[in-house]
Amino acid sequence: MTLPGDPKLRARLGIVLIGIALAVLPFVVGANFGNSWVRIIDFALLYVMLALGLNIVVGFAGLLDLGYIAFYAVGAYLYALLSSPHLATAFPAVFASAPAWSVWLVLPLGALVAGLFGVLLGTPTLKLRGDYLAIVTLGFGEIIRIFLNNLNAPLNLTNGPQGINNIQSAEIAGQSLGRSFELFGLQIPSVTAHYYFFLALTLLVIFICVRLQDSRLGRAWVAIREDELAARACGINTRNVKLLAFGLGATFGGVAGGLFAGFQGFVSPESFGLLESIMVLCMVVLGGMGHIAGVILGALLLALLPEVLRWGAAPVQQWLFGKVLVDPESLRLLLFGVALVLVMRWRPAGLWPSALRKRELAAHAEVA
Amino acid sequence: MTLPFPSRPLPALLVLSACLLAACGEQSDTAPSAAPGGGLPAMDAPLIVRLGHVAPLTGPQAHLGKDNENGARLAIDDLNAEGFQIGDKPARFELLGEDDQADPRQGTTVAQKLADSRVNAVIGHLNSGTTIPASRIYHDAGIVQVSPSATNPQYTRQGYAGAFRVFADDVQQGGALGAFAMKNLNARRIAIIDDRTAYGQGLADEFEKAAKAAGAEIVTREYTTDKATDFASILTKVKSTSADLLFYGGMDTQAGPMARQLKTLNLGIPMLFGDGGCTVEFHKLAGEGAEGHYCSLPGVPLEKMAGGTAFRDRYKAKFNTDIQLYAPYAYDAVRVVAEAMKKAGSTDRMKFLPELEQINYPGLTAQIAFDEKGDIKNGAVTLYQAKAGAWSPLETMGGDATP
Amino acid sequence: MDIFIQQIINGLVLGSIYALVALGYTMVYGILGLINFAHGEVVMIGALTALTAIGLLVPSGLPGPVVVLGGLLIAIPVCMAVGFSIERIAYRPLRNAPRLAPLITAIGVSIVLQQLAMMGWGRNYHTFPAILPTTPHQVFGAAITDLQILIVVTAAVLMAALLWLITRTRLGRAMRATSENPAVARLMGVDVDRVIAFTFVLGSALAAVAGVMVAANYSIAHYAMGFMLGLKAFTAAVLGGIGNVGGAMLGGLLLGIIESLGAGYIGDLTGGFLGSHYQDVFAFFVLILVLVFRPSGLMGEKVAERA
Repeated sequence: MTLPGDPKLRARLGIVLIGIALAVLPFVVGANFGNSWVRIIDFALLYVMLALGLNIVVGFAGLLDLGYIAFYAVGAYLYALLSSPHLATAFPAVFASAPAWSVWLVLPLGALVAGLFGVLLGTPTLKLRGDYLAIVTLGFGEIIRIFLNNLNAPLNLTNGPQGINNIQSAEIAGQSLGRSFELFGLQIPSVTAHYYFFLALTLLVIFICVRLQDSRLGRAWVAIREDELAARACGINTRNVKLLAFGLGATFGGVAGGLFAGFQGFVSPESFGLLESIMVLCMVVLGGMGHIAGVILGALLLALLPEVLRWGAAPVQQWLFGKVLVDPESLRLLLFGVALVLVMRWRPAGLWPSALRKRELAAHAEVA
Repeated sequence: MTLPFPSRPLPALLVLSACLLAACGEQSDTAPSAAPGGGLPAMDAPLIVRLGHVAPLTGPQAHLGKDNENGARLAIDDLNAEGFQIGDKPARFELLGEDDQADPRQGTTVAQKLADSRVNAVIGHLNSGTTIPASRIYHDAGIVQVSPSATNPQYTRQGYAGAFRVFADDVQQGGALGAFAMKNLNARRIAIIDDRTAYGQGLADEFEKAAKAAGAEIVTREYTTDKATDFASILTKVKSTSADLLFYGGMDTQAGPMARQLKTLNLGIPMLFGDGGCTVEFHKLAGEGAEGHYCSLPGVPLEKMAGGTAFRDRYKAKFNTDIQLYAPYAYDAVRVVAEAMKKAGSTDRMKFLPELEQINYPGLTAQIAFDEKGDIKNGAVTLYQAKAGAWSPLETMGGDATP
Repeated sequence: MDIFIQQIINGLVLGSIYALVALGYTMVYGILGLINFAHGEVVMIGALTALTAIGLLVPSGLPGPVVVLGGLLIAIPVCMAVGFSIERIAYRPLRNAPRLAPLITAIGVSIVLQQLAMMGWGRNYHTFPAILPTTPHQVFGAAITDLQILIVVTAAVLMAALLWLITRTRLGRAMRATSENPAVARLMGVDVDRVIAFTFVLGSALAAVAGVMVAANYSIAHYAMGFMLGLKAFTAAVLGGIGNVGGAMLGGLLLGIIESLGAGYIGDLTGGFLGSHYQDVFAFFVLILVLVFRPSGLMGEKVAERA
């Protein structure tokens, strides 16, 4: 078998092959490993979106954000409020019936509101840098979570710790994704339908990221990351550019949050804790900050690895030692921590750094 | 710790790789279709009944999760040892123990996993926050779910036929606690603290409603978190209101230290809390501050139930640790499902679900029967007082608590 | 009024604990410019080690304070060893890596320590045996225990000792030089690696003391206790001006008092709209205000821009 010689053609062939692989993935996985793995892949796609959003802030613009999950929460709660009976129950005087907005309205709205929150966070923190920015964003993330947890009184806006239940699944072309349905003679389970929906949006997010990276704005972000003073001297409006980074990054978080709410059917504040923020940050950093492919890899790895370990740890130990020495649950987290340390030690620029970053880091190392 | 899932992923992987090496046709079908209870196996082979169990096995609530799993495991071992029969066939029960980390997302992931492996029923989850989103998946997959400890009323009010609980919900328990505070403790000025979790806040709200309805004054409502250790400032606030009773909605890990800090603040009012604090652990955590406080547990005291003390001893012997909290309820949840299967003579959900709805089974913790929502009927709630390092039962309030 | 005094005392005790933990953060940050996220876990290990040791010592029949001191003397070297290993394994190899890398390893180390502690000590809460007097004294109608007085005094004494070490000793001068510019310090004959290792070891010893104090005051310790405590202490360190020893103390005390008064009075002040459920929000909100209007913290020097 020979590959076509033309590199362009080869690239195109690669894309087609990847496309086919992505298209049949849920069926292959679902048939061999069960729908739970399709569900895990669905969540992995949400994490890819989140990581790509955070990558704009951390990877492109170099602003360390430890409260990113707040935007995910904002998107999720907005979707929940607009697609569940909660508002109608809590404020019967205002809402005669349960709002059931179209997903095509709710998602952009969620993106917009999350983006506004991003700018809101960005504005007071413009002058902060480095670790101070980290702690302020961390505080911001916690504040959002605490408010979501407590806004059930005096007005019951979020239903507090009880969370919002009975959220409608996304409906596309009149077909709810919440139940399995038949299409062209194929039985499509809910998780598979969600897979295609999430995949389409993930591809859109990737496309936007790639276009952003090569745009004027993308180069301005990199300039700020490398040297803010020099960037300003070059005539870059650092304030607006930074705010755009916060805003756009938050937008993706908002979309992912909306998808999460529709997929789960239930949101509660405990899904949006600090550890989740740290997890997304690890995906970005582990994969390779500022490198889109690397970030996708990081997100997939960290989203899937715990599951692989959870399902594989006990049998492997049984096979090696004849008994289970360490609970798979503990082992999973332990290995996760060890992996973080080892990867940072041996590949500090991430598992898959961009060629440009690699060169820069090499140059840095010489100076230091 | 036994294998949570011994047979599936690895063979499937092997089959897959085998398929890649040599084009195999029918072999790949064997893994997914080996569903239990299909009646395909040889005549005398026991009927395999697979029950899923889900609780947090990692994280701060891991000790409770393990306790639930142990309770369910003990039930399964008992059933297997008894030679339990379903439809004249000896049944062999298996437990698939899963960890949801008390995280809603993990909760749905493991729910899907149990749905995939077509377990006959699920015992769990521990927390309401994971039970509710998971119940949607079990409902869609047609799997019966019995939670031993989720107390949020919403869980059984979603209209899912297969969702049950063997535990009084917040409304039932909060109502009993409120009545007890007024009638027995003669409390007139009550301060309420909750931990802002779905459990603590839910119970505290229901208690507040019941206490107010009975004529008590709620003098202050304060809050903490399920990770906090310092309650000095909110307790000082409580002190300033000269309350005569402190209600706490939350777990023993906060209730214990809180009782201790009451003492260091010279605040001599009794505390009252629900099942979350009604543990052996509370006495350890509160030390000498434990004496005299009150708590409630759904059901009837273990000592008064047939086999209750025996259960406690067997649990201790088998797992080398004391019962934390919900293990007896997890035990009952398994037994009640098994009983329904026995009555129906089948492990098929369509057959045993009607039996489960009708069941009237003498469990460890109570006489178990379900109302039309799937909640335990007439959920009795027993009040206890801390005396000399142990909970001594005061009174069982049988109750038509559900409105 | 007695309620107000009680709230101030509550705040002082809580704040002293924050301050003790914050000292560890601030020392490492001052030298390396690195958030040692794992510091909270070192506190946890100190508390659990001490509790185990105390549990073994109690049957000996020694008086309570001696037993606690014995536990402390065992916890300190254990924590020092842990701190030394963390620096050696997780931070030293990354000294020239991108700034985020050590932050990530710190999070990794934090997870690893927490899981190891869970395997070693189990998932249950461990309790402090009743060997110290807990009967409170009355001060202007407010209650305070011997232990709480001891905590406040210990925090103050340790901070003073640390200040003395940094400003008056040769070692302290080496630490300051390293903090200013490691490369130049090296040229001046300072063994930078040793100074940094020493900083970690010292910070960990303080963490052990803090761990014992926390365990004694709240009578409990468990494997997940470090993270939230670390977060609050870190907030305190930033509030006071991270890298500044006096600032850590001030930030800790302020944060403690803010939380205490906030939880105690905000409900009445806002007519019940805000309450003690926003306790953590006050802490973070004050922090954000301070950073926005005085980014170097209350007592910090102006932070030079770092690339």
